[in-house]
Amino acid sequence: MRQVVLPIIGTVAAWRTEARALAAEGIAPEHVIWHRGTAPPDLFAGDAPKGQGRSLTIPRAALAEIEAALCHSDPERFARAYRLVLRLNDGLVWGDRSDADIRRVMEQAKSVRRDIHKMHAFVRFREVPSEGRRAFAAWFEPEHHTVEAGTPFFAKRFGDMDWVIATPEITARFDGTLTFHETTAAARPPEDATEELWRTYYANIFNPARVMVRAMQSEMPKKYWKNLPEADLIPGLIRDADRRVAEMAAREAEEAPARRLAVARRMAVPERPVPTAGTLDALRAEAAACTRCPLHAPATQTVFGIGPADAEVMFVGEQPGDQEDLAGRPFVGPAGQIFDQEAEAAGLDRGRLYITNAVKHFKFAPRGKRRLHQKPNGSEIHACHTWLDQELALVKPKLIVAMGATALQALTGSGEGILKRRGQVERMEDGTPVLVTVHPSYLLRLPDPELAKAERRRFREDLEQAARLSRP
Amino acid sequence: MKSLTEKLAILSDAAKYDASCASSGGAKRDSRDGKGVGSSGGSGICHAYAPDGRCISLLKILMTNFCIYDCAYCVNRVSSKVERARFSVEEVVRLTIEFYRRNYIEGLFLSSGIIRSSDDTMADMVRIAKTLREREGFRGYIHLKTIPDASPELIEEAGKYADRLSINIEMPTEAGLSQLAPEKSAKGIRRAMGEVRLRREASREVTHTGKRRAAFAPAGQSTQVIVGADAADDRDVLTQSANLYANYGLSRVYYSAFSPIPDASRMLPLKKPPLMREHRLYQADWLLRFYGFDVSEIASQGMLDLEVDPKTAWALAHREQFPVDVNRAAREMLLRVPGFGVKTVDRIVAARRRGAVRFEHLVAMGAVTKHAKPFITLPGWTARGLDDDALRARYAPAPEQLSLF
Repeated sequence: MRQVVLPIIGTVAAWRTEARALAAEGIAPEHVIWHRGTAPPDLFAGDAPKGQGRSLTIPRAALAEIEAALCHSDPERFARAYRLVLRLNDGLVWGDRSDADIRRVMEQAKSVRRDIHKMHAFVRFREVPSEGRRAFAAWFEPEHHTVEAGTPFFAKRFGDMDWVIATPEITARFDGTLTFHETTAAARPPEDATEELWRTYYANIFNPARVMVRAMQSEMPKKYWKNLPEADLIPGLIRDADRRVAEMAAREAEEAPARRLAVARRMAVPERPVPTAGTLDALRAEAAACTRCPLHAPATQTVFGIGPADAEVMFVGEQPGDQEDLAGRPFVGPAGQIFDQEAEAAGLDRGRLYITNAVKHFKFAPRGKRRLHQKPNGSEIHACHTWLDQELALVKPKLIVAMGATALQALTGSGEGILKRRGQVERMEDGTPVLVTVHPSYLLRLPDPELAKAERRRFREDLEQAARLSRP
Repeated sequence: MKSLTEKLAILSDAAKYDASCASSGGAKRDSRDGKGVGSSGGSGICHAYAPDGRCISLLKILMTNFCIYDCAYCVNRVSSKVERARFSVEEVVRLTIEFYRRNYIEGLFLSSGIIRSSDDTMADMVRIAKTLREREGFRGYIHLKTIPDASPELIEEAGKYADRLSINIEMPTEAGLSQLAPEKSAKGIRRAMGEVRLRREASREVTHTGKRRAAFAPAGQSTQVIVGADAADDRDVLTQSANLYANYGLSRVYYSAFSPIPDASRMLPLKKPPLMREHRLYQADWLLRFYGFDVSEIASQGMLDLEVDPKTAWALAHREQFPVDVNRAAREMLLRVPGFGVKTVDRIVAARRRGAVRFEHLVAMGAVTKHAKPFITLPGWTARGLDDDALRARYAPAPEQLSLF
């Protein structure tokens, strides 16, 4: 039998070196006895038979898991890990949970990670006197050998203070550099004044109306309580909970003084200037509260038209999209960007255009974290018509440009055959000319790049025609 | 003049009805350079648990519980006689830093009653976050509750200093909100969420010179809805959640069972909070986000089943779609098997490429075979009992004798 003694500090690294050496000598796992700290005198000590030597190559994922499991308190872990690395080298596939060794290592690694996580959660520092940087100390009792693996977290988090975390076996010290020492005596630092504030917080953040002791204990098991300054409040909080709830129920509310309420109401609802009736601003405010069709409910807001009241040209699109719904302004999303580029190239000044949509709310279907555009139907277009009519009546444009079938339908009563009608000028009932073109989002959807290019050129030609027609 | 301890007692008591506790995600930061304190960006840490089973991860306090609003469900509404207090900027900064250095918390979750005006309140909250970040070099987690109607400049600044922003939608329906919170507007809240989403997206785009922009609320935004204070059913609640996830890319919707508050308004039910309903809503929320379920599938009845979880309830109601062949079924269908979680399904899909998955392997893959058994078929197991009328009883809790009180 080969005896291997691993040190208390640096156990995992030492195991790795030893395991490589043992494998190089070809020593079988059943011929190795592993110890940590000091070796007890062993009657069967002696050397082990050597076999075929080899060098170990272990997948990175497997090694990380094995080294985590080596921090477990199970005395068998070193032997199991050595056996497993040899088997992995012989072709065992890592990750197969039906293998007993792999499964055990995975379970132990998980339990070690949980212990480390609990250390990160339940270490409680107390301030101790110092010269220079502030200094803190904590006493903690982990379930496994997790000090070395668990404390680099604190070095990252508390980089500007000195600290010590003492555990029954190993003490971690940080003064800019993290070092480990064997603990010589159990040392709980003296209480510090902030602890009372923390206890106050703990007692008051607790809601007595929803006592769930089991849920608390599954996450904060009693074994950790003795080093938590807040834990001794728990029995009292649970005991008093029912009484506090009963008191709440008994204490009937009274109305607050009318004057106080009135003052608060006035402050809570600040006066906003009311826009003059018969202006676009008044219309916009009115439309913001529109519930004429069901589209208002899932949408964020009414996206009303934008532009000067004396614009010569009014562009009408289909409906706001995802970005427009969030921003509250029409044509700001991808289709809006195409529109902007082509309008500028065609010589139109966007600041002089009135831009709006046939339907003022975004119609969509939710898909996880996205929204899929849906075409508005006839009744939605009809319900929204009143706003478009009033916009037309106030702006009185010389030219209307209908972009897409929905706009065309809203303006002329029919959206059929848009591709045949595009580029032509039709008339509203009152004689206002309506130039027909496609919706810029149509250009975004064309899969064939050649066709997209050609269509984009035609779109620009339509806008150029609009620019020509709008000139006096 | 109240002491710091008294203020802390009042202002943490006032904050406990907010369920949010997450401290995960967001920007990776640490203080290895020795010039500040704190780290964030990993998985969140719960530093303590209260006897209500809720985790304590952040210092969750109100800046003040003075409030000019009169929301019926809120302990801090103007018409409540609850004792009032207000922290100074320095006091909140000091509490946060001192708690943080002792490893009590992951950071700060700051909310507030509305004093004077939305902008005044928001400006003070932003000042706290700014002092923590710039003067104290604080690199821990900050969650700010934004105030409805605060100005865009303040929201912009808040998003610069905070990891997460949130604004509570409060009620499942617009009607419920206007009834119980007359000064709040659902549309205003949704507009604010839309604005945060746009700013987050803009912050992720590189500038025209190729530089990265300053992060804006890198851990996202969340919201909370109170359940059981109005007449809305679970379908209303979940429909709203699906809408909020899609519209504003929320990281989380929190559900908070309405819990009796001291000095409660007479408009509200003063009974035990519907904790089981809250639990089922969280389960259903997970099904919507990670399991490919649609609201209409799990909440078609209006209310979720309180006795069995929503996934099992769906499976029991759709037995014709089972048993599922574990080695052949699509991932989407495996996700619908009770007792199979997302991780288990991923492991099954990976393992069956190497060879047939057997029943004996399932436990090691994380499946709860006791729940899955009637709904699956695979080597080593044949489903049985699927058409048994008593199948439901195996999942429902045993009938309890009614309490006399």
